[in-house]
Amino acid sequence: MVKKLLAVCLAGAAVLALSPGAVAETAATPKPFPVVLATPTGKVTIPRQPKRIVSLSATATESLYAIGAGRRVVAVDDLSNYPARAPRTKLSGYTPNAEAIAGYRPDLVVVRTDSGLTEALGKLKIPVLVQPEAANLVRAYAQVTQLGRATGYRKGAAATVRSMRARITKALASVPRGRTLTVYHELTTDYYSVTSRTFIGQIYRMFGLRNIADSAGGTSDYPQLSGEYIVASNPDLIFLADSKCCGQSLSTVSGRPGWSTTRAVRGRNVVRLDDDVASRWGPRVASLVQTVAAYVKRARST
Amino acid sequence: MSAAREHGLPAVVAPRVGVPWTLVALAALLGAVLVGLLVGPVPIGIGEIARSALARVPFLSVATPLDAAQEAIVWELRFPRVVLGALVGGMLALSGASYQGVFRNPLADPYLLGVAAGAGFGATLVIAYGPAGVDGFVLPLASFAGGIAAVVAAYLIGRSVGGGRTTATLILAGVTVAAFLTAAQVFVQQQNSDTLNEVYAWLLGGLTTAGWGDVLTVLPYVAISATVLLLHRRTLDALAVGDEEARTLGLDVTRIRLLLVAAATLGTAAAVAVSGLIGFVGIVVPHLVRLMVSSSYRVILPLSVVVGAAFLVLADVFARTILSPAELPIGVVTAFIGAPFFALVLRTTRSSA
Repeated sequence: MVKKLLAVCLAGAAVLALSPGAVAETAATPKPFPVVLATPTGKVTIPRQPKRIVSLSATATESLYAIGAGRRVVAVDDLSNYPARAPRTKLSGYTPNAEAIAGYRPDLVVVRTDSGLTEALGKLKIPVLVQPEAANLVRAYAQVTQLGRATGYRKGAAATVRSMRARITKALASVPRGRTLTVYHELTTDYYSVTSRTFIGQIYRMFGLRNIADSAGGTSDYPQLSGEYIVASNPDLIFLADSKCCGQSLSTVSGRPGWSTTRAVRGRNVVRLDDDVASRWGPRVASLVQTVAAYVKRARST
Repeated sequence: MSAAREHGLPAVVAPRVGVPWTLVALAALLGAVLVGLLVGPVPIGIGEIARSALARVPFLSVATPLDAAQEAIVWELRFPRVVLGALVGGMLALSGASYQGVFRNPLADPYLLGVAAGAGFGATLVIAYGPAGVDGFVLPLASFAGGIAAVVAAYLIGRSVGGGRTTATLILAGVTVAAFLTAAQVFVQQQNSDTLNEVYAWLLGGLTTAGWGDVLTVLPYVAISATVLLLHRRTLDALAVGDEEARTLGLDVTRIRLLLVAAATLGTAAAVAVSGLIGFVGIVVPHLVRLMVSSSYRVILPLSVVVGAAFLVLADVFARTILSPAELPIGVVTAFIGAPFFALVLRTTRSSA
C-alpha cells in the first residue's frame, strides 16, 4: 500500500519535473496546457483547457464573457449579473460552499477571495484561480490576460485588453489640462467613500483629480466621511455609486441639507455611475473612464 | 395620570428629584449641546456661530459672518444632528429605565430583551421586500412591530419557565429571542444581497446623515412614548415593591405593564429607526442615575432622559471628530467611553456604600 502510494507520488513528481521541459521544446508555438499561474495564494496548475468554469467573482464573469470564454461557463455567483446570459446561481462568492461548487463538476473555479476554497477544492483536483480586487489598471489588464491563459482564450483576452487600453487612453487624452478639480465618490447613502488607494480612486487620480476622502484615509481605504466635511470640501464633481441600490441622483443630492451650496450641485456635475461597474475592475471599466472623462471636461469648461 | 397618588402611595415613593442634581444634569445637557454645535470636522469660530445664531433672531439686525456653505453646515447638518442625538439618547435611556422598572430587572435593556434585534428584523424586512422609497415613514413602524413582537415573546417565554419573576429567566429568554431574530435577519439579508448595503448602513447606524427630516420623523413617537412613561414614574415605584403589593393598591398590574412595555418599545423602535442600533445608553444611563442620585423611578426616569441626551450628544461629538474627517461608529464611542466610566462609578459608589 505504502509502496503503491510512493510510486504514485514519484510518478506525479516526474510529470511535474518533465512538464517545463516539454513546454520549452515547443517554444515556437507554446502548448497552451498545462499552464501554471501565479495567484496570491500560490501557484495553480490547470492541466487541460477548462470546459466547465464556475466564476464566483462578478468581475471575472464579465471578463470571461468578454474574452469569449462565456460558453465554457457553467455557473456564476449570485452577484454576477452581467452579462445577462451568464448562468446565475445561488452560489455565493463571499460565503462559498465547496460542496455546492463541486456539484457543478467544474474544472476551473475563479474567485475573488480564497476563503479556504483552494484547499477544499484542491482535494477534488479542481484548480482555483484567485483574482483579488485589482490595485490599478495594470493589474486589471494582467487579470484579463491571466484569465485568457487559464481558459485557453489568449487571443480574445489580448483583444479585450487592447480595446480597454485604447478606449481608456483616448478618454484620458480627450481631457484638456486645467485647474485641479476635487472629487467625492459616494459608495453608500451614509457617506462611505473611497481613497486614491482603491482601484476606482486610481482612475480619478489618472485624471489629476483631488479626492476629498484622501485626508480621511488614515483609518481605511473606504472611510465614512462626515456630511459637514463633504459640504465644506465643496467638491467639483460628485460620482454616485449608490444610484442603483439606493436611487441617488442629482435631485436627491441637491435635496440634502447644505449640499446645494457645492460646486458639483451648482454645476450639475453630480454623476450617476452604475454601482456594479464602479465596484468592479473588468472590461466595462473603459466605459466608466469615458463617463468620468466627459464630466471632468464639463466641469473644467464651466 | 398619577395612579399611585390616587391610591395613596406617597409613603413608599422616594422624594422628588433634588434640585442640585437636576441642575447638574441640565447643565451637562446644555454644555453637551453647545460643544456639539461648536465642534466638528469643519472649524468654525465660536463668535461667528454666535453671531450667525443672533442673525436668525427676528428684529435683531445682526448680519451673519458665515458664507452659505458654513451656514448650512452649522444649521442644517450640525444642529439637527445634535438635536437628534439628544432625542435618541434621552429616549433610549428612558426606555431602558422603564424596562428595568416594568420587569423589576436591573439588566433589562433593549438589547438583552431582544427589542433591538426585533426592530432590526422588522426594518430589514421592509428594506428587503418593501417597495423602494417608503423607508422614511414605514421603517419606525416596522421596527416597532418587530420590537414589540420580540419583547412579548421574551416575556412569555420567560414567564412560562420561571414565572417571569427571576432575573435570569427573563434575560435568558430575551437572549434566546434576540439570537433567533438576528439569525432570521441575517438569513433575509443574505437572500437579498442587492440590498445588503442599505441594511448594513442602517444597522451600523449612527447620526451621520441626520437632518431635520429625521428629527421630525422621530419626534411624534418619542413625544408619545416619553409622555406615557414619564407620567407613570410613580407607578413604576409601586411596581418595584412587588406585583401583589401593587395590586392591593388597586393597580391593574398586567395592563400597566403592557402599556409601559408598548410605550418603551415604540420609543426605542423610533430611535433605532433613525439612528440604527446604538447600544449601552439604555442600560448604563439609568444605572448611573440610580447609583449617584436615587433608586426611585420618580427620579430615575426624568434624569435618565436628560443624562442620556447629554451622553449621546457628547458621544457623537467624539464619533465625528476623533478620526475627522472620517466618522467612527457611535456605538463604538458609547461603549468605549461609557464602559470605563460606568465601571468607575460602580466601584466608587459600591465601596463607599
